[in-house]
Amino acid sequence: MGALTHLTMAEALDGLAKKEYTAVELTEAHVKAVETIRPLNAFITETPDKALEMAKASDARRAKGEVGPMEGLPIAVKDLFCTRGVLTTAASHILDGFKPEYESTVTTNLWRDGAVMLGKVNLDEFAMGSANITSYHGNVVSPWSPGEVGNWSRQLVPGGSSGGSAAAVAARAALGATGTDTGGSIRQPAAFTGIVGIKPTYGRCSRWGVVAFASSLDQAGPMTRTVEDAAIMLRSMCGFDPKDSTSVDMPVPDFRAALTGDIRGLKVGIPREYRVEGMPAEIAKIWDQGIEWLKAAGAEPVDISLPHTKYALATYYIVAPAEASSNLARYDGVRYGLRVEGGNLKDLYENTRGAGFGKEVRRRILIGTYVLSAGYYDAYYNKARQVRTRIKWDFDEAFKSCDVILTPTAPSTAFAIGEKMDDPIQMYLNDVFTVPASLAGLPGMSVPAGLGSDGLPLGLQLIGRPFDEETVLRVGHVIEKAADFTATPPFVA
Amino acid sequence: MSYIQGETGDWEMVIGLEVHAQVISNAKLFSGAATEFGAEPNSQVSFVDAAFPGMLPVINEHAVEQAVRTGLGLKAQINLHSVFDRKNYFYADLPQGYQISQYLQPIVGKGEIVLDLPDGSSRTVGITRLHLEQDAGKSLHDQHPAKTYIDLNRSGVALMEIVSEPDMRTAEEAGAYLRKLRSILRYLGTCDGNMEEGSMRCDVNVSVRKPGAPFGTRCEIKNVNSIRFVMAAIEYEARRQIDIIEEGGKIDQETRLWDTTKFETRSMRSKEEAHDYRYFPDPDLLPLELEPEWVEDIKKTLPELPDDKKARFISEYKLSAYDANVLVSEKAKADFYEAVAKGRDPKLAANWVTGELFGYLNKAGKEIEESPVSAENLGGLIDLIADNTISGRIAKEVFEAMFETGEKPADIVEKKGLRQVTDTGAIESSIDAVLAANADKVEEFRSGKDKLFGFFVGQVMKATQGKANPALVNEILTRKLKG
Repeated sequence: MGALTHLTMAEALDGLAKKEYTAVELTEAHVKAVETIRPLNAFITETPDKALEMAKASDARRAKGEVGPMEGLPIAVKDLFCTRGVLTTAASHILDGFKPEYESTVTTNLWRDGAVMLGKVNLDEFAMGSANITSYHGNVVSPWSPGEVGNWSRQLVPGGSSGGSAAAVAARAALGATGTDTGGSIRQPAAFTGIVGIKPTYGRCSRWGVVAFASSLDQAGPMTRTVEDAAIMLRSMCGFDPKDSTSVDMPVPDFRAALTGDIRGLKVGIPREYRVEGMPAEIAKIWDQGIEWLKAAGAEPVDISLPHTKYALATYYIVAPAEASSNLARYDGVRYGLRVEGGNLKDLYENTRGAGFGKEVRRRILIGTYVLSAGYYDAYYNKARQVRTRIKWDFDEAFKSCDVILTPTAPSTAFAIGEKMDDPIQMYLNDVFTVPASLAGLPGMSVPAGLGSDGLPLGLQLIGRPFDEETVLRVGHVIEKAADFTATPPFVA
Repeated sequence: MSYIQGETGDWEMVIGLEVHAQVISNAKLFSGAATEFGAEPNSQVSFVDAAFPGMLPVINEHAVEQAVRTGLGLKAQINLHSVFDRKNYFYADLPQGYQISQYLQPIVGKGEIVLDLPDGSSRTVGITRLHLEQDAGKSLHDQHPAKTYIDLNRSGVALMEIVSEPDMRTAEEAGAYLRKLRSILRYLGTCDGNMEEGSMRCDVNVSVRKPGAPFGTRCEIKNVNSIRFVMAAIEYEARRQIDIIEEGGKIDQETRLWDTTKFETRSMRSKEEAHDYRYFPDPDLLPLELEPEWVEDIKKTLPELPDDKKARFISEYKLSAYDANVLVSEKAKADFYEAVAKGRDPKLAANWVTGELFGYLNKAGKEIEESPVSAENLGGLIDLIADNTISGRIAKEVFEAMFETGEKPADIVEKKGLRQVTDTGAIESSIDAVLAANADKVEEFRSGKDKLFGFFVGQVMKATQGKANPALVNEILTRKLKG
């Protein structure tokens, strides 16, 4: 059944429509694929029974002529989305045994449109990380790792925090997966694993029912193998939700229709500040290649300046931990999840939170608590908010002279587990190109553009105006065509 | 000004109050859960109130409207732009680990309250601000020997925190402030002001100083839950502070608790132990932006408030400031009075309402809403006096029966045969009988002892069981005695 798991969503929709196979057959193939890729540790919870049940229901709907935009497509769900009756962990020990009685708005939308859930995929604990090495449920291994399966010569990270999503989609165990992106958690793993990932404009996807990391930055988005699939899946995920006060009441466009291939006359901003010192030659090269592709398609590269870029990472690592320190206060052992008893309330808190949170989460809670403390608030948190506004203005200014911005997605190809681990700052540098768009709330997408000298995928990032995902997707589609990225990981289902 | 006598001379109290008033609303501030008092523990809790993962707050428009209405009632500035912040601290009955409140940019700014003091004078106290915030849940420490139980019914309920300027100088003024604030809130229908049920709670800031000196160091007494306790806590706390200073000590800024059994305040935590709440704007909520037209629309629906009503009662009904104060203190009382006074002598109506009715209610421990005597029936009673069916004295007897039975005054008069006798023949024969039986007194009267006139009236009224028309008795008696 290899063929079924190698389909794109668009192809699968076509095949289902032509009755070449049923949703149940498509799902069975994927359920088997999920089992096959277990050595990657991509899934925290597999839900094969639920998947088949949903597939049957999908076939029944199709028989009645009710066909949703994602009818019968098996997907994986990042384990940060609450799913009714299904264990939801955020990859943290502290949510032990937590089965929500509610379903996140984004997954509700996906099921409404006919998608089928294969299971819940691994991530960095509370989405905090860039390598999927902070999960309580273990590291995720990239299917691009060389060597024998399970005995890899170099165990590569899939990126993070949506590492399980990226690995599952790249290894052909799911047609697509939901991701969430706070500082690059969709785009960077997409780049590392050679797939497409788009973080829409802040406010496009409801955050209701998504375990919060940093509320002013968190945004859900699809991770797929093609730009067209991203367009299909994004449309289903988006939409106004009155239960999320930061959700935006705007019509959801037919993103697929935006993929016209025509970008003639479009101005593509090339931010000079992103050409950072010490940028690896192959990153610079793929970026230049991207510019050439777009020029060849009739677009016009424009030199732009985003002067506050150099402050973005520092700003992000103040704002995000500050919000996280408050968002994670609710995990106290009192009402749900892990509880480690103590002689008094303070002991209960300390025992539960000490045992329940991993090192990286504890680090960020401490940083966040510190930057909000009396005496430090103005120097850190308030200053960071001001800089964030400047960063937003930079983009406003830049978009006066261009329609979309092209940058590399990450400063390197995937690294191996164990590398960059001793110095958190080195790890944080992974987000250097993705964080500014997050701070500005702008849509950003990573598209596979080629392979590095180590044979590993490289991605290019497109950043658009607020709510202009259509241009981002259209340009991404052109890059995808030009790059003709056909490489598959050494390990696929 | 009233000062406290100390060893070293006069001292002045400086008092500021922070009142937490629960907003009358069908739902909580950021969730749709119900807010009824006294429900089964944890029966009015949504996933938002219990801070489940991924849950998000959505502002309740009605609660915002109530806050604006209250701000308008306090003649305060309405801030069209305000911001919700998170106040971070850990406690078992605070599920989110933070309270959503408003810190630097509250929804309502400066306003004022006019206090009506017992001596008839008034005094204006400034309102610093009013902001919206969530209530916490409740910790129950007495249900289990070792464990604490948590009830989240109150978690997320909308509160208005109303902060006064440090403008009060006596415990009486603080009491008057709370009564007036409660009255205004009830008029507006934004808080039921029920301190026993905790829907209105008060934090008291007290400091002392020598008259004219700068403010002293203040102590905050947390969560005092009746006006009487507030006043007692202020008296105690001021005296405690004066004693410390006069013994050469220094006041430490701290948070204190009011002990309702020992009637004293004691230290809860010092300034050093004070929480660092790490306030920051709640990223789950956008700043609250109000349309000026929306605020104007609310303004148009404001009821007549106690100060305006008092002024109208004085000018329209010619009532004394004192009576007007008593009547407008509660909207229900004022409405009752106006229903009685309509088409009748307003002063007579005021006398009956503030005198007999309030006296009986007070004795029976009943609220005006529970009065067995309706406004219509009290009006009917006054009508019976006016048309000479009964005398004022008999009316008091009828009122007592009305209060007991709730019956109509006319029915009681008929049943008990209390109709006033206006038949001059019947009165004349009663008088004749009295005069005949007291011939000696008649002699005395006629020889100049005028005061005996009252005695004769009394005897006649007694003989007629008080039913004789007093005017006729006077008239006929005068004629007979002088004749």
